[in-house]
Amino acid sequence: MLTPESLARIDREIAKYPEGQRQSAVMSALAIAQEEKGFLAHETIEYVAHYLGMKPIAALEVATFYNMYDLKPVGRHKLTVCTNLPCMLSGGVHALEYLQEKLGIGLDETTPDGKYTLKQGECMGACGDAPVLLVNNRRMCCKMTPEAIDAMLAELT
Amino acid sequence: MAILGSINPILTAGLDGDRTWRLADYVARGGYTALRRVLGERIPPNEIIAEVKKSVLRGRGGAGFPTGLKWSFMPRTLPGDKYLVCNSDEGEPGTFKDRDLLRYNPHAVIEGMVIAGYAIGATRGYNYIHGEIWELYQRFEEAIAEARAAGFVGQNILGSDHSFELYAHHGYGAYICGEETALLESIEGKKGQPRFKPPFPASFGLYGQPTTINNTETLASVPFIMNMGGDAYLAAGKPGNGGPKLFSVSGHVNRPGNYELPMGTPFATLLEMAGGVRGGRKLKAVIPGGVSAPVVPGDVMMEATLDYDGVSKAGSMLGSGAVIVMDETTCMVKALERLAFFYHEESCGQCTPCREGTGWLYKIIHRIENGRGRPEDLDLLGSLPGNISGRTICAFGDAAAAPVQSFLKHFRDEFAYHIEHGRCLVPVEVQRAGSSFFTAPAEG
Repeated sequence: MLTPESLARIDREIAKYPEGQRQSAVMSALAIAQEEKGFLAHETIEYVAHYLGMKPIAALEVATFYNMYDLKPVGRHKLTVCTNLPCMLSGGVHALEYLQEKLGIGLDETTPDGKYTLKQGECMGACGDAPVLLVNNRRMCCKMTPEAIDAMLAELT
Repeated sequence: MAILGSINPILTAGLDGDRTWRLADYVARGGYTALRRVLGERIPPNEIIAEVKKSVLRGRGGAGFPTGLKWSFMPRTLPGDKYLVCNSDEGEPGTFKDRDLLRYNPHAVIEGMVIAGYAIGATRGYNYIHGEIWELYQRFEEAIAEARAAGFVGQNILGSDHSFELYAHHGYGAYICGEETALLESIEGKKGQPRFKPPFPASFGLYGQPTTINNTETLASVPFIMNMGGDAYLAAGKPGNGGPKLFSVSGHVNRPGNYELPMGTPFATLLEMAGGVRGGRKLKAVIPGGVSAPVVPGDVMMEATLDYDGVSKAGSMLGSGAVIVMDETTCMVKALERLAFFYHEESCGQCTPCREGTGWLYKIIHRIENGRGRPEDLDLLGSLPGNISGRTICAFGDAAAAPVQSFLKHFRDEFAYHIEHGRCLVPVEVQRAGSSFFTAPAEG
């Protein structure tokens, strides 16, 4: 269900916790599964739960509680724009509007070619670099301007 | 550059190179000498705790609780596993200081954790790192590997009988996990819902074992306190407010970023260091300690000093040291609407007053902002915070209520204008220009 590479990464996470506490690795295991599969289908969550020896409902609770997990398919590049107050003061909302217009999609929508999904995010702890956005939960883009956003989009394939 | 400005820096001193996060760089700056001395001279744990108490180091995560006192709650001689947890789940809007510590000085955090572990009798530690800063989570894992290879982390550290295993835990997007018991639940692989206290973590913490949770900046300060002594560290700040503090400045300033200043520095000095208000405009309001702290009118803030007592006197709290600056282009209703949305979105849903109340707050502020406010809404809005505050398991409810009370107290006219005229007192095009999004020069 998951590749040997993903399972090896999950095993490294499990090793961080005391014996009998495999469930502690569920957050990273779900993140690794999402990285491989693109999103977390119910059967993926169930698989992860069984691998860690926990109840599937407990893993589903985690997947639905933390907002960087995607329970539905997203585009190749998920763009999460912070619009919280410090970012808003420096144009976070305007950055989101600019992206909506440029990509022709609304919030939580995906472009018809499956390339981009647009999300609104909460504070990423980088307010000095506002406005910021996050690509696929991993890469943070700072001090976004229209030009910087254009350049970023051109770079994502 | 690691940090934009400082006065008598301690935590960020010498962070000028481009490899300051490497072990070799940290050691060249004097890193790990405190740990060598503690273990080499077998300094009794009680003496370390006494030194930290003397420094009047207060928790840098926002609550300002005295660190030495917190450590003394740990039953260090009790047999069984004990844990130290570093809270790097930095999600309080406006706060980004721990991100820079992890980016430029991660070994100070590690050294602080190993010393703290020795002092409180913990042999295993976790650093819980905010989900959105993946690159720094990776960097911290590298730093742990470096420290382990050099014998600063692991079994029998530097040949002593002290062992301390350290791991990084990566969050995945939940503001509430900055609350210490929610964070513990999260490490246990559960939803991040705060626990009812008591019991406190020092008796029933991670996996039910005694646990101490400290903020990143707090732990990073420990090696410096041990090196310079508690008295000197206290003197670097002001009485009752020991040491320097990192201040994260965001919003309408010319040079947003982190600044390290002695406790008690005037706000006006920090504003000047941050390049003043953007475009030379007029200062309207400041949230001095992260969005959970009450908003303060600009003229009051200009007279305030930055320390726990000084900011408290100005009617707010120092919190995490996140200073959000708002100029005259800010619509205070819109600002509060966004904060209310945040609290509604991030409420863990466990307690009814918070889960429902944050939704009501957002709903009412949203309709005022969008021209559908009712004359009775001001009183209705004013009546809600008291029904949330103090009626929940954790402090999230209080945090959600505080901004509403302070915005209404200081900027009631703007809310009334919105309700009467159906639009912002600050014209929309002025707000748009204020963000600088369309006019800021692109950064190279």
